[in-house]
Amino acid sequence: MSATETGSAAARAEGSPESSERLTIAQAVRDALRDEMARDERVIVLGEDVGIDGGVFRATEGLIEAFGPDRVIDTPLAESAIIGMSVGLAATGMRPVAEIQFMGFVYPAVNQLLGHAARMRNRTRGRLSVPMVVRMPYGGGIHPPEHHSESYESLFLATPGIKVVVPSNPYDAKGLLIAAIRDDDPVLFMEPKRIYRAFREAVPTTPFTVPIGSAKVVHEGDEATLISWGAMVRVCHDAADMLARDNISVEVVDLRTLNPLDRETILTSVRKTGRAVVVHEAPRSNGFGGEIAALIGEHALLHLHAPVQRVTGFDVIFPLAKNEHLYLPTRNRIAAAVRRTLEY
Amino acid sequence: MPRTQVYHAVTERLEILDPEGKVDRELAPDLPPETVRRMYRDMALMRAMDDKALKLQRQGRMGTWPPIRGQEAIQAGVAHAMAEGDWLIPAFREHGIMLLRGVPAHLIYAYWAGDERGSAFPDGVRVFPVAVPVGSQWQHGAGVGLSLKLRGEPAVAVTFGGDGSTSEGDFHEAMNCAGVFGCQSVFVIQNNQWAISVPLHRQTASETLAQKAHAYGIPGIQVDGNDVFAVWVAASEALARARSGGGPTLIEALTYRIGDHTTADDASRYRPETEVAAWADRDPILRLRRYMESAGLWDESREEALTGEVHEWIDRTVVNLEEMPPQDPRDIFTHMYAELPPNLREQMAEVVAEVRT
Repeated sequence: MSATETGSAAARAEGSPESSERLTIAQAVRDALRDEMARDERVIVLGEDVGIDGGVFRATEGLIEAFGPDRVIDTPLAESAIIGMSVGLAATGMRPVAEIQFMGFVYPAVNQLLGHAARMRNRTRGRLSVPMVVRMPYGGGIHPPEHHSESYESLFLATPGIKVVVPSNPYDAKGLLIAAIRDDDPVLFMEPKRIYRAFREAVPTTPFTVPIGSAKVVHEGDEATLISWGAMVRVCHDAADMLARDNISVEVVDLRTLNPLDRETILTSVRKTGRAVVVHEAPRSNGFGGEIAALIGEHALLHLHAPVQRVTGFDVIFPLAKNEHLYLPTRNRIAAAVRRTLEY
Repeated sequence: MPRTQVYHAVTERLEILDPEGKVDRELAPDLPPETVRRMYRDMALMRAMDDKALKLQRQGRMGTWPPIRGQEAIQAGVAHAMAEGDWLIPAFREHGIMLLRGVPAHLIYAYWAGDERGSAFPDGVRVFPVAVPVGSQWQHGAGVGLSLKLRGEPAVAVTFGGDGSTSEGDFHEAMNCAGVFGCQSVFVIQNNQWAISVPLHRQTASETLAQKAHAYGIPGIQVDGNDVFAVWVAASEALARARSGGGPTLIEALTYRIGDHTTADDASRYRPETEVAAWADRDPILRLRRYMESAGLWDESREEALTGEVHEWIDRTVVNLEEMPPQDPRDIFTHMYAELPPNLREQMAEVVAEVRT
């Protein structure tokens, strides 16, 4: 199965749609927003350039025309206000979907996300909650200026209270975003900007959800498990195809949600294959791959034929365009890691 | 081409009741005697709550407590101007107005004694939990004010913060956004002139905090924060404006932090006793009592009756606090998310097993 087929397979698996359209991830995001705004008037979109401009990646295109400037709000350049005001909005009956234009710009809003949004339900013992979604394009591969390529999921995974969701394809992008908007807790929705428009897939035109907290085996195999999320899932597919030519059978698990983590899908696959390689864009040290390796060590050690491998970004500042290729995991690096586990 | 003036602004200060208890008859609001007595009673409750908390803290029955002594008029004045349905978004030195907006006193104590149930307010109490990080709550107040506007609800979000918090970036973002969006918000700075050890003139080179409003295109006013009438008038004007679609207002209420920053602080290390004593003479409660006595609204027998009522109330508050049943150890997990994820279920079992052994 190639990467472009996973979505339609998923569609068949998770409810046959009456009609579908071939969409990119960016279009699927837009459709999810449009469908939920039409369904629930509490849903509003706010962020920098999300209105008239339709978002710098066009992920909110057409929304202001459909729903007006009171529900598609161009904000001042103020990341902390976008999130901080969303806390106030969400705690008093709205369902804000905030956009941070690039994950590299999330720092000013971290106090609001971690200091408030993540804590509100717990610290009020459930009296107030903040059902909000924070969308943000993340990751490298588009040769942008500085601060436009980061993958900071570890920041948010180290702090309880925020769900973290990362789609890897158009079908999941729509289904997960709708699930995130309907979720009663704050959800960080990381969009793989590198593949925003890389490919199209059939996506149901009607609203549907992909459950948060559920990983998916997107490529079956029995000699090693590749565990990844977001833009790297596609690279894992490429590595699996490459290895298949050498008769090496690799399974690919797309985590889809990083918190809450679907541990069973990971462990079931690793117990079957006996080998695991975690692939992510974020730096290796203290990256989420370490957590997954620990999980496998705690629960599936005796099934392992080799140590868990990590193919990740390096522990360096994300390089500017000319050196980007040195940093990002490639199918060759992934395939080499799989071979290491086989030769161990 | 000549240089021209593109902007000129004036910032007003409002005072009505002077330290001797004399009112400016032209500016004084026409409040029924019962309301004035009620304001006095409410401030007495706050003072008792504050004093008792300090005692409890010294006895090891209370955690760190940020005292509000001297700031009661701001909190009573704003609370009396607010309407049912209005939201309060406090920082952390707002126990008084939280009480007046419906948070039971024993819950306020419980929070500062280290029990999260202290932020589980009764249904219908429109008060955000205490915000400790400094300044971040201004953003929530803008957000709630936008929420009310978008939903067409004729209520107002009243946000409190201290002078120190105006130096935070969040203050700027919140005022700016509230101005742009015309939020149904009122922002009240309790300018008590000290942010732990840093005095106001090291916090800003601005002559007043109220004048910062001009830069955001919203009205700003400075009031004597020890004058409950001035606070009430300024808050009433601001609330009416916000409620009728006129947008947000910034109120700087100038007062003084008579006590330490918290019970973990020793203010004598960084400020002179003479300064504290001078401000103690301008006490907001004493001032209102002087006025009420001269206006024939108050006498010794009323004072005695109130003292008795306040004592009884604060004793009952302590009983209510100390009679709270123990927390369920599982509570630290239960409210992390709407539904308990598998990892938390597992960790909860660990804690339960640990507690049982």
